[in-house]
Amino acid sequence: MSEKTNRFLPYMRQDRLPHIFCPGCGNGAVMNAFLEAMEKAEMDFDNIAMVSGIGCSSRIPGYINCDSLHTTHGRALTFATGLKIANKDLDVVVFSGDGDAASIGGNHLIHAARRNLNITMICINNNIYGMTGGQVSPTSPKGIVATTAPYGNYDTPFKLAELVAGAGASYSARWTTVEMENLVLSIKTALKNPGFSFVEVVTLCPTYFGRKNNLKTPTAMAAVMKANTVFKSAAERMSEKELKDKIVVGEFANKQRDELSEVLEKFSIENSGGKTAVNSAYETEF
Amino acid sequence: MAEEYFIQGNEACAKGAIVAGCRFFAGYPITPSTEIAETLAHDLPKVGGSFVQMEDEIASMGAIIGASWGGTKSMTATSGPGLSLMQENIGYAFLTETPLVIVDVQRGSPSTAQPTMGAQGDMMQARWGSHGDYEPIALSPASVEEFFYFTIKAFNLAEQYRVPVFIMADETMGHMREKMRIDEDRIEIVPRKRPELTDDYLPFKHVENGTTPMPAFGDGFNIHITGLTHDERGYPDTNDPETHSRLINRLCGKILNNRNEISSVFHQFCDDADTIIISYGSPIRAVIEAVLKIRKEGRKVGYIKIDTPWPFPEEQVIELTEGAKNVIVVEMNLKQMYWEVERILKEKTNVHFMGKIGGLLPAPDEIIYEVKKVEDK
Repeated sequence: MSEKTNRFLPYMRQDRLPHIFCPGCGNGAVMNAFLEAMEKAEMDFDNIAMVSGIGCSSRIPGYINCDSLHTTHGRALTFATGLKIANKDLDVVVFSGDGDAASIGGNHLIHAARRNLNITMICINNNIYGMTGGQVSPTSPKGIVATTAPYGNYDTPFKLAELVAGAGASYSARWTTVEMENLVLSIKTALKNPGFSFVEVVTLCPTYFGRKNNLKTPTAMAAVMKANTVFKSAAERMSEKELKDKIVVGEFANKQRDELSEVLEKFSIENSGGKTAVNSAYETEF
Repeated sequence: MAEEYFIQGNEACAKGAIVAGCRFFAGYPITPSTEIAETLAHDLPKVGGSFVQMEDEIASMGAIIGASWGGTKSMTATSGPGLSLMQENIGYAFLTETPLVIVDVQRGSPSTAQPTMGAQGDMMQARWGSHGDYEPIALSPASVEEFFYFTIKAFNLAEQYRVPVFIMADETMGHMREKMRIDEDRIEIVPRKRPELTDDYLPFKHVENGTTPMPAFGDGFNIHITGLTHDERGYPDTNDPETHSRLINRLCGKILNNRNEISSVFHQFCDDADTIIISYGSPIRAVIEAVLKIRKEGRKVGYIKIDTPWPFPEEQVIELTEGAKNVIVVEMNLKQMYWEVERILKEKTNVHFMGKIGGLLPAPDEIIYEVKKVEDK
């Protein structure tokens, strides 16, 4: 029997393992990347609060031993907004998927980017609804087969990292699970960025995406993903035709601006003569 | 010390929230509730709190749940269409036992209907709006002063039982201006209880009275909160019928087993009454005037003012209507709380309904006419 253990186990709720992710799923890799980035960014793990919605990737906070809020479908950012404003000293991290963040939660996504509240959001984009069994998602590439697109997807997908950058996020990037080093560095940058930071991670869902689209094994899927990955700087010199089916990786926004919780706190302190409301629910006198 | 104000109902609600310790408000503009948001946008920063206008009512509910777990008493205010959008997250707040306050200043409904006209058409939405079994608490103020005190009471009940609490006001109550007297001696604040972090700490323990203390995120409890069916540790456990049944029965039980503590009525002249009128919110004001007038004509008529539509004050209503030949339910809808009254009194007395929709309050003379019609038939 192998004695191999993951060095990130101490950060996990070990009494909740094994996790529910399928063999070949990218969620475990993203979880590893996050924990490594967190160490590299020298974050205080005890100060991290995670928030998620509904879907496979939204189960990640449940496996990590920190305060975690597993909320309703698409709404994680709204809960995170209240949590962060109520206690701005918490490091709030949101895990989400493409359906959760960009379909049912699309409005919250662009508004969170506009507000530039200091939240780091990791959006694990597997281009499909995994939890419910392989339905088409707003990031599904045109033409792919899904249970609700049996003749191929008619719709044009969202480009999430670009969308969020356009909505005003101070940091937005896209990477894949086949290039972990860049992903780790990007999550580290996102964690340190004092504003709304969005990292889209394009990942594999062998169970539903792969099986429906003739990509029989996780390694076959990873090979296709790797072959299709193009750096943003190279993509800028490519034609639309050349970019078909390509995954453009890189940073789409990295520019700091006023952060909401700082603005609100400053405003409150100025107007109240120095009062703060942190943990005020436990107080008896107001 | 007492202070007197001439103030609007919605403003009184906002003032009550500040006194109760509310330090976070998230909302979306909607008539006829908007003055609550506007007042809190102005007042919250002055006490160290925060106001945020969200992108919609779904987001508003999410934000106040998040803020509550952040350790801050929080509230939103809306009207029917907004309350409809909030329903999924309201269910989440019930299942995760998140204290918060939702103010619904009711308007003509369904759909967009009558934004500037009063109604009481959301009473059953407060009761059953989210999917599944749960027991809500709802308060209905009938004066500007009551709107102030009931807001404080709503926060206290929310903390005491760890539940979302509704304030079911109406347009008249929200926009009416009248004298409000704030007496410090009448104000009591229930603070949140923080649990002790012990080795065997269970955040969702099945305690006898149903309610466990609640930590804040950042307190070091590393708590997991989920809208999935969860065990006493807070971990998802969705396939065990026993876990689900125990959890939901505890959540409903903590309200039902304490319903006599939570629910309250105000009543007059019920002892000798042949006819008792039951109402709540704005219409009760006309009911009281009608009762005082008609008693001068020698008719024995009393009234019960329901302060807490949910949980419905069943025992109080049964007791007070004993001996009455007729009960008339007056409300601004086409039968909502009527069904509650009919359910508990139909074997005991004649239950009649007087409803008015369209935005005009029932007038005292209309109520007197109804009493005479019922008594003289």
